[in-house]
Amino acid sequence: MANDIVKPENLVYTKTKVLTDNVMHYCPGCGHGTAHRIIAEVIDEMGIQDKTVGVSPVGCSVMAYNYFDVDFQEAAHGRAPAVATAIKRLNPDLFVFTYQGDGDLAAIGTAETIHAANRGENITMVFINNGIYGMTGGQMAPTTLVGMKSATTPYGRRVDLNGYPLRITELLATLPGTYYVTRQSVHTPANVRKAKAAMRKAFENQKLGKGLSFVEIVSSCNSGWKMTPVQANKWMEENMFPNYPLGDIKVDGKIAEGITADRLVVSNPLTVVK
Amino acid sequence: MAFKGQIVIDTEHCKGCGVCLEACPMHCIELSKNVNGKGYNYTHVVNENCIGCASCAIVCPDGVISVYKVKC
Repeated sequence: MANDIVKPENLVYTKTKVLTDNVMHYCPGCGHGTAHRIIAEVIDEMGIQDKTVGVSPVGCSVMAYNYFDVDFQEAAHGRAPAVATAIKRLNPDLFVFTYQGDGDLAAIGTAETIHAANRGENITMVFINNGIYGMTGGQMAPTTLVGMKSATTPYGRRVDLNGYPLRITELLATLPGTYYVTRQSVHTPANVRKAKAAMRKAFENQKLGKGLSFVEIVSSCNSGWKMTPVQANKWMEENMFPNYPLGDIKVDGKIAEGITADRLVVSNPLTVVK
Repeated sequence: MAFKGQIVIDTEHCKGCGVCLEACPMHCIELSKNVNGKGYNYTHVVNENCIGCASCAIVCPDGVISVYKVKC
């Protein structure tokens, strides 16, 4: 029976060749692997493997260049958008993307991120948001939820002491230089399909030359959150998504339907983690 | 029209996270009691209900699953 089905002509899904065969160093169940794969599949489907340059950050995904079979440049902590700007301006025909976590993009690299978006650089930025500094041991990040426990907020994040979670995706959507801003996740098959469609759009937009495309992927950090991968995905649905609602925020240079001014400028967190 | 599928798991690269177990609509996959070279309880197929939907392969963070599918 088995040999009847397992034939090359019946193959419907396998790992894309744009990813190398190296074993990823990410923890079991980490969303980085899935996010890497959808980017690689988009590069494969568009046939731009020889015209793509990635910029990897500092953080868990610091060694992303080991896993993509495309040209890669490592940037200093938080400076990936600046490096990507240079690559894109010197080689306008290349497809350039940055791949950054929340500590890299929303903390140390805030200036580079905001100014690259405000200049309307014609690049794609991929932002993995897991609400924590994963690589260094689970410390509080700007995106950590109110009440969420981390290594540096063992009793939960307090607004009076630590401030509010930063919704940098909504913030970037208000800038005129961004052309496409969206928030996705990769924890279920349906969400992965949607995220891949968004990623495809973000890469296709580079051909138009109308501004920066920004894809946030809300991900889990099961090691940092001290949960199993499946528990972490459930926790993410219950706690992360109310604070970081999924869906398009800005499409084709215009704020998407259903996104109100309240949503973009809301100052208080919607929920508190208990 | 019905489909019959089969998955091939690269058990040496599987990290046993169990995300595919939750994604499988036919409950075909379970974690093995055995471990691979890295010490992870890899996933394996426990029945023949697979319909080749590729849900498991799409959510697998390490891309260790290949999916084959035929009409029947």
